[in-house]
Amino acid sequence: MTESTYRIQGATGEWEVVIGLEVHAQVTSQAKLFSGAATAFGAEPNTQVSLVDAAMPGMLPVPNRECIRQAVRTGMAIDAQINRWSRFDRKNYFYADLPQGYQISQLYHPIVGEGSVEIEADGYTKVIGVERIHVEQDAGKLMHDQHPTQSYVDLNRSGVALMEIVSKPDMRSPAEAGAYLAKLRSVLRYVGSCDGNMDQGSMRADVNVSVRKPGPNGEETPFGTRTETKNVNSVRFVMAVVEHEARRQVEVLEDGGTIQQETRLYDPDRGVTRSMRSKEDAHDYRYFPDPDLLPLELDEAFLEECRASLPELPDAKRARYVAGGVTLYNAAVLTAEVETARWFDALLEAGVAAGPASNWVTSELFGALNRLGKDIAESPVSPAQAAALLALVADGTLSGSLAKQVFEVMLETGQDPAAIVEERGLKQTSDTGAIDAVIAEIMAANADKVADYRGGKDKLFGFFVGQTMKAMGGKANPGVVNERLKAALG
Amino acid sequence: MTELTDLGVRALRDGVREGAFSAVEVAEAFSARVAAASVLNAFIVETPDHALAAAREADRARAAGEAPKPLAGVPIGMKDLFATKGVQTTAASHILEGFVPEYESTVSQNLWDAGAGMLGKLNLDQFAMGSSNETSFFGNVLSPWRRNDGGNAPLAPGGSSGGSSSAIAARLCPAATGTDTGGSIRQPAAFTGIAGIKPTYGRCSRWGTVAFASSLDQAGPMARDVTDCAIMLEAMAGFDAKDATSLQLDVPKWEAGLNPSLAGKRIGIPREYRVDNMPEEIEALWQQGIDWAKDAGAEIVEVSLPHTKYALPAYYIIAPAEASSNLARYDGVRFGLRDLPAGAGLQDMYAATRAAGFGDEVKRRIMIGTYVLSAGFYDAYFTQASKVRTLIAQDFDKAWETCDLLLTPTAPSAAFALGEKSADPLAMYLNDVFTVPSSLAGLPAMSVPGGVDKHGLPLGLQIIGKALDEQGVLNAGLALEQRAGFTARAEQWW
Repeated sequence: MTESTYRIQGATGEWEVVIGLEVHAQVTSQAKLFSGAATAFGAEPNTQVSLVDAAMPGMLPVPNRECIRQAVRTGMAIDAQINRWSRFDRKNYFYADLPQGYQISQLYHPIVGEGSVEIEADGYTKVIGVERIHVEQDAGKLMHDQHPTQSYVDLNRSGVALMEIVSKPDMRSPAEAGAYLAKLRSVLRYVGSCDGNMDQGSMRADVNVSVRKPGPNGEETPFGTRTETKNVNSVRFVMAVVEHEARRQVEVLEDGGTIQQETRLYDPDRGVTRSMRSKEDAHDYRYFPDPDLLPLELDEAFLEECRASLPELPDAKRARYVAGGVTLYNAAVLTAEVETARWFDALLEAGVAAGPASNWVTSELFGALNRLGKDIAESPVSPAQAAALLALVADGTLSGSLAKQVFEVMLETGQDPAAIVEERGLKQTSDTGAIDAVIAEIMAANADKVADYRGGKDKLFGFFVGQTMKAMGGKANPGVVNERLKAALG
Repeated sequence: MTELTDLGVRALRDGVREGAFSAVEVAEAFSARVAAASVLNAFIVETPDHALAAAREADRARAAGEAPKPLAGVPIGMKDLFATKGVQTTAASHILEGFVPEYESTVSQNLWDAGAGMLGKLNLDQFAMGSSNETSFFGNVLSPWRRNDGGNAPLAPGGSSGGSSSAIAARLCPAATGTDTGGSIRQPAAFTGIAGIKPTYGRCSRWGTVAFASSLDQAGPMARDVTDCAIMLEAMAGFDAKDATSLQLDVPKWEAGLNPSLAGKRIGIPREYRVDNMPEEIEALWQQGIDWAKDAGAEIVEVSLPHTKYALPAYYIIAPAEASSNLARYDGVRFGLRDLPAGAGLQDMYAATRAAGFGDEVKRRIMIGTYVLSAGFYDAYFTQASKVRTLIAQDFDKAWETCDLLLTPTAPSAAFALGEKSADPLAMYLNDVFTVPSSLAGLPAMSVPGGVDKHGLPLGLQIIGKALDEQGVLNAGLALEQRAGFTARAEQWW
């Protein structure tokens, strides 16, 4: 299966959903797009505002090289066309959170052209086209509920650099839309061009949805009228918006109505979208080239530096892990988040075998972090310590269960595994004399079970293993215990 | 001894350096003259303390034997389009009345760094929109000049830098800053018998200058003669990282490079500048200028700038388009005027504030600009005008294949009476017919006084140069200035 079979069942038959996303991603940089003001999240209102951001008379924008660099690197990460020549336009409209009375954006000549993102959804792989990435300024924030008659304006975000990443209408199901957004977020975080904190608003999506009757034999039929649901801020919500909006449109169409091209908002509490403004009061934005800025021309050296600075990206990393003996599933889990991949890479660098290490990370480490409510960046156990633990398992010093015990102590104390083994005597023993002695005691104390075993109750073998291990405080080498028990029980 | 206020920039600078007089004496003499000339309405704000402080510093530095700064001891006037820290900056508009910036424009800072002091903020056409200085919220500026026909009709000092031109012509200051978007330095200089140069676009930083039309606005000096303009321009110009359109070039030593010989220079006479109904006096002045250029050693060649006739229409699309956008920030939210009628919403507040805060000419241009940028008309107007602009720049490039400089009249007439053209915006726009093409092309251009008309009013000659060839423009200006021997001056009637 390589294509979505997601369909909305209506009274008149099946409907296909067509989805495109416009993702706004805040560029990770110390300063705003056209001023030196800071961009930290959560600062006191209006403390990160320069004269330029406040649009004081005579203030001029100067492009921040780092923001441009991050947009170019992002474009390179999705194999996109990088435009050597791009231009900033002004988009004029009056709004109180827009101090200049216009937004500087790139309508006609974006810095990044066509690219693509590979996604996996419902067990198949699909390539989603990216139309363009342009950089633009964010607006400020208006608060209408702080005072009975006045609106408060916070310009901290005003002028912050955003990348607007516009997909082609290539997605056909909520799962594809969700996978696209998640993959894009992953890529941005790998590249370091956006922190991807959707709950802090540094990444949000406008979701374009339309529905149509599928053509016979998978033929393309014309797109229906679309709606745009603004500022959706999680993967889950994007999927919910697609699902809800597609159903709503099908209902409207099947009732003989028509879809209005309009902007909608998602209400996560009620799980529905509602109309925000219709086309009638759409703005005439009055675009024209910003006369304060020269066209942006990128030279080869700059592009080369951008290219050279790109890290290994998730798809390449996943392939490398698989080639190193990691299962496809584990590789996908380990590469989804850049912090996880970084942690795992550090583990690999310490010289452990990739396969067992990936199993340990995805089960033991993730389980422990989950229990502690921490993410991997806050892991109490470092990759070097984990590598030391895995090495003790590999060389037979620790059994699996001993390793679990040692790991628990590591989580609690932050100690190195060798020290824990030393201090608490948790070393595994393969001393056949000691093991045989314990086995003899257990057999003597459980003569009836020995008789039953010998009479054919094979399942009792596990009982003897458990008793032996327990009596030896879990430190016996399970392989040796098995071997000696088999010999003793005959 | 001559009055100190009769001295120009160079004479004042040199006199202070040599100890012929003190900088404080100079500042006090000019401040007194400014105060006595309030009827001209050249200043919106007078700042004698600023001038005095700079003068004291100049005198102190001299007494201490420190190396003199380039403009030490020279007080100047500052067009009220430049933001001046702690001093009201209004762009002659109601909407910015009372606005006191917490920052200093790069050009004014450069001048203070060079040792100059400020006598005050000079009146101008509101947001630099106008050619007669009749659009200021703070009232018309009067030219010190009067016709010698016995009438006392108050005359326009030109615009938009009319406060600057009037103040210099009336000897209220030896020099002033101007800004030129379509001729706003050159036309008022011509009207008042002084010199003024608009440098190559990007020579002077626009940072801190209230924007009119960003792709055209360029600061420049206005002074009594070419040498003083060269000294001022050296102090004003320079790369500024805060202006993305600023040229990353060193400032040439224009004063030291002054040379009135035009030997080996070819001066182009653009045939398309012979407009219909041009007054004979302007024709005659132009011919006189040609003769002076020949006398200075230049070879005269006729050139063609075929798209000249489209320059004015293109300008009056591009400049208002940019202005409509640049002026959007004056919305009553953050500074200056705020008109909030009872029960009004945000949009009503914007509308009321802007209705009350902008003058008619500003509103007219905002409306034109909004119209030409609107979705349905963008291609028909703005795109076409941008193409014309490119063609005009190409005309100049082609002309430079056969000549080094161009010589034209500055304006199609001498100063007119206040009120004479204010009812007819299109007639007013025609004032810029000779200055606009070089603005669209971003080229350096200057006006120098060439003579007087039959009423004894000054007429200017314009020299246009290649991009970055301010030196060539200044040199040609000097050659004409020496031959014109312009000594006429307005009689002091105020």
